[in-house]
Amino acid sequence: MSEHEIELSVNGRRQVVRVPARRLLSDCLRHDLAFTSTHVGCEQGTCGACTVLVDGAPMRSCLLPAVTVDGCEITTAEGCRAPDGGLGRVQRALVRCQGVQCGFCTPGMVVSIVAFLRECPRPSPEQARDAVAGVLCRCTGYQDLVAAVLHAARPDGGASG
Amino acid sequence: MTAPHVGRPVTGAAAERFAAGTGRFLDDLGSGAAAAAFVRSPHGHARVLRIDLADAERVPGLIAVFTYRDLTGGAREPLPVLIPHPSLHSPRTGLPLADDVVRHVGEPVVMVVAVDRYVAEDVCRLIRVDYEPLPAVIGIPAARRADHLVHPGVAGNVAARMMQENGDARAAVAAAPHRLTLRLGVERSAAMPMECRGVYARPDRDDRSLRVYSATQAAASLRFALAAILDLPADRVEVVAPDVGGGFGVKLVHPWPEEVLVPWAALRLGREVKWVEDRAEHIAAASHERGQQHEVEVGFDGDGQVRGLVVSFWHDTGAYTPYGIIVPLVTSTQLPGPYRLGAYRVEFRSLYTNTAIVTPYRGAGRPQGAFVMERTLDAIARFLGADRAEVRRRNMIRPSEMPYDQGLTFQDGRPLVYDSGDYPALLDTALTRSGWHDFATRREREPDKRLGIGIACYVEGTGMGPYEGARVQVDTGGHVTVTVGLTTQGQGHGTVFAQIAADELGVAPRDVTVVCGDTRRFPYAAGTFASRSAVVGGNAVALAARKVRDKALRVAARALDVPPDELSLADGAVVANDRAIPLATVAVLANPLRYAFDHRTRQATQFAPDADPDQPPLDADDAPGLDATAFFSPIRSTVSAGVHVAVVEIDPDTAEIALRNYVVVHDCGRPINPAVVEGQIRGGVAQGIGGALYERIAYGDDGRLRTGSLADLLLPTAHDVPEITIDHLVTPSPLNPLGVKGVGEGGVVPVMAAIASAVEDAEGIVLDRMPITPAELWELRQKHRG
Ligand code: FES
Ligand code: FES
Repeated sequence: MSEHEIELSVNGRRQVVRVPARRLLSDCLRHDLAFTSTHVGCEQGTCGACTVLVDGAPMRSCLLPAVTVDGCEITTAEGCRAPDGGLGRVQRALVRCQGVQCGFCTPGMVVSIVAFLRECPRPSPEQARDAVAGVLCRCTGYQDLVAAVLHAARPDGGASG
Repeated sequence: MTAPHVGRPVTGAAAERFAAGTGRFLDDLGSGAAAAAFVRSPHGHARVLRIDLADAERVPGLIAVFTYRDLTGGAREPLPVLIPHPSLHSPRTGLPLADDVVRHVGEPVVMVVAVDRYVAEDVCRLIRVDYEPLPAVIGIPAARRADHLVHPGVAGNVAARMMQENGDARAAVAAAPHRLTLRLGVERSAAMPMECRGVYARPDRDDRSLRVYSATQAAASLRFALAAILDLPADRVEVVAPDVGGGFGVKLVHPWPEEVLVPWAALRLGREVKWVEDRAEHIAAASHERGQQHEVEVGFDGDGQVRGLVVSFWHDTGAYTPYGIIVPLVTSTQLPGPYRLGAYRVEFRSLYTNTAIVTPYRGAGRPQGAFVMERTLDAIARFLGADRAEVRRRNMIRPSEMPYDQGLTFQDGRPLVYDSGDYPALLDTALTRSGWHDFATRREREPDKRLGIGIACYVEGTGMGPYEGARVQVDTGGHVTVTVGLTTQGQGHGTVFAQIAADELGVAPRDVTVVCGDTRRFPYAAGTFASRSAVVGGNAVALAARKVRDKALRVAARALDVPPDELSLADGAVVANDRAIPLATVAVLANPLRYAFDHRTRQATQFAPDADPDQPPLDADDAPGLDATAFFSPIRSTVSAGVHVAVVEIDPDTAEIALRNYVVVHDCGRPINPAVVEGQIRGGVAQGIGGALYERIAYGDDGRLRTGSLADLLLPTAHDVPEITIDHLVTPSPLNPLGVKGVGEGGVVPVMAAIASAVEDAEGIVLDRMPITPAELWELRQKHRG
């Protein structure tokens, strides 16, 4: 199995890692680099738990060999915090709106919503539903997740109320 | 005095960790451990002829390969029948690794341990197992025909047969003015938590102990099971459930074969071993539920009042019965729902098939029971031309009849007695909230749409024993730690137990840390299942916290020299009229110390100024510290109840079924945290929608699994679950100090029934089995027309 040295920027920090050609980005992030928020629920591209941002776009990290993202910027849920180190606004909104139960789908939701709100900062309720529709959640029934998207999108950044 | 925290939608600390991405799930642990993988049966039923390891053994990075022949001690024995029952006359369980015969796809045959999962899977692919396929028994009709047997010696494939009767139901049906016969069925689906199963074992040679982390719903029970099977003293085995990504019943099974094999291999190899299941394994090799077929005979009068109900059903239990007959037993006893049936007779047979085992999945047999009862009431309404809701009302048990004895023995071996409830009020509220009575008008307003409304009611026996326990400690910084043996998989135990303890001790919930599912911290528990944690565990927390409160008052009374009954706990302090001592100080005073190690403890040493030289530092019947343990053991289950109304819109061409509205009115006694309660209900309804419209585990007649990935086994997405309107009615349970009833599963129970009722209403076609896909509905339309 050929090994390759790749360079990633994960949550703004440069990482150099040697990986076999077949190593999945999800495993590379989780096990080689200890960004364990990237959860693996299916390795089939269907559940979305492993979603990370690759150069800002949400991708299923279980479907990408790590070597294919050499040189890319990766964002995981650990990297969605506020600049002061506290929870970011999407993370806060999820907690506040009870969008977190077992927490397994949560990191995939966080990064998906962060990316979505960049494209669509003032979503309608239907659009907010689209924002979470790419990640399966078996706990919440989705309504509280939709509420969290809308909450995070409020003009005050979901800071109050 | 601070306002009570119980009853408020407090958010919890765990949610913040999960949102931050700093959860610690099973696969986040043990990064240096060796990885296990399994060669599993691709056949539904086959004889294992030969296992060829020659190629596999040459792979670099391989650590060990084990077949059944390599196993030792208890790992060679069949897995336990965890819940034996007198009616389970032919229990059968699998071996941790199959020996000569495999009985379902996914059954483990060879265990591989390697340096990482990639290598372990490479090795699995190089292991050649020769099988002689045997005829597979797939589905209830084939199991009933019994042309082939799943287990030699189990005649008719019948694992268990059980009958219960209250009154003479056959005579009551015969004597009733009207009679109907129905055949109803529900197919297989499964819990499908987003995190699959996983086990990580760390042997410690130096102190001859074993620590096992498992994504389990029953850490304490797994510990005792492993100690027994691996022949270790229980105090050398520790089981920890880390953060667990959903369970819904499937993670209650213990021990899974992998939960025996991973620790066994770790001990044998003297190194850490971890196995994390992938989704394909989970679908094939974990448990399923729901598959049942029912035959119903009902006798009723012209008002729709049921005079007698006779139900016979066949339950597909899969290849083995580690969980005994719990699922069909629950179906049989919860089927009567909130109704007074005149007379009721139920008989079931639990049948072996060559499919994955069937064990409780959220609702545990109740969705099938509710489906049968509610379909029956819809059939009565149709027969009489009566309103479906009205027929239900006429049969409902009245509040004045509470407590109501159904004359049946429930799954906990206790009489099924409904403790409290107001079912007609639940119904009225649901009808109002859903616009039931104005639905005809709504239909006229939207003539181009094919709309239907459906209703279903349920009760749920919750909060069963035997017991749960809790330890509550206040440390010398005033921080409270609540430790329970229960595990948590997202039900918010950390939040609700903190609320309960906070109220008892006059502190804020954020000053309470809750520790769940770690046998090192609390060894006794039954587990998180059957909507029991808030009821049994919550009351244990309350009782332990009350003991701590009493002691705090006693200690503070001595320090302040005022009688305890003039003291109260508020804002983190014991308060007298004009004075207050922080709880932290009381905690210091409650523990007479030998050594002073900081400024706080200096005042608690034997040389402290107020120590009485003529008294022992610790009273004879006392213990040091603000630290108490209590157990709550309920006499019998509490009974929650609810009514669901679904509005569907069906595409006239494609038969696609969309939910337009969904209303839930429920009663779980006193809600500890309404946000947690609503979250549980919404999640339950979503799983019910999955079971009604999307999820179906399908096997071919040869026993091959046809739905082996989440691309075939469809789970609902955000687009498939509508906004759910929830209303709470409260009848406190008289069976426990907090007055609570369980809510973890109720949301799922009546969903299939409500949606079937709504689809039937929209289409004018009778539905007798679930799930219903657009393709099937389309077929039904063609048949109906023809
Ligand atoms: S783990 Fe990648 S989509 Fe499920
Ligand atoms: S919170 Fe459990 S899967 Fe979404």
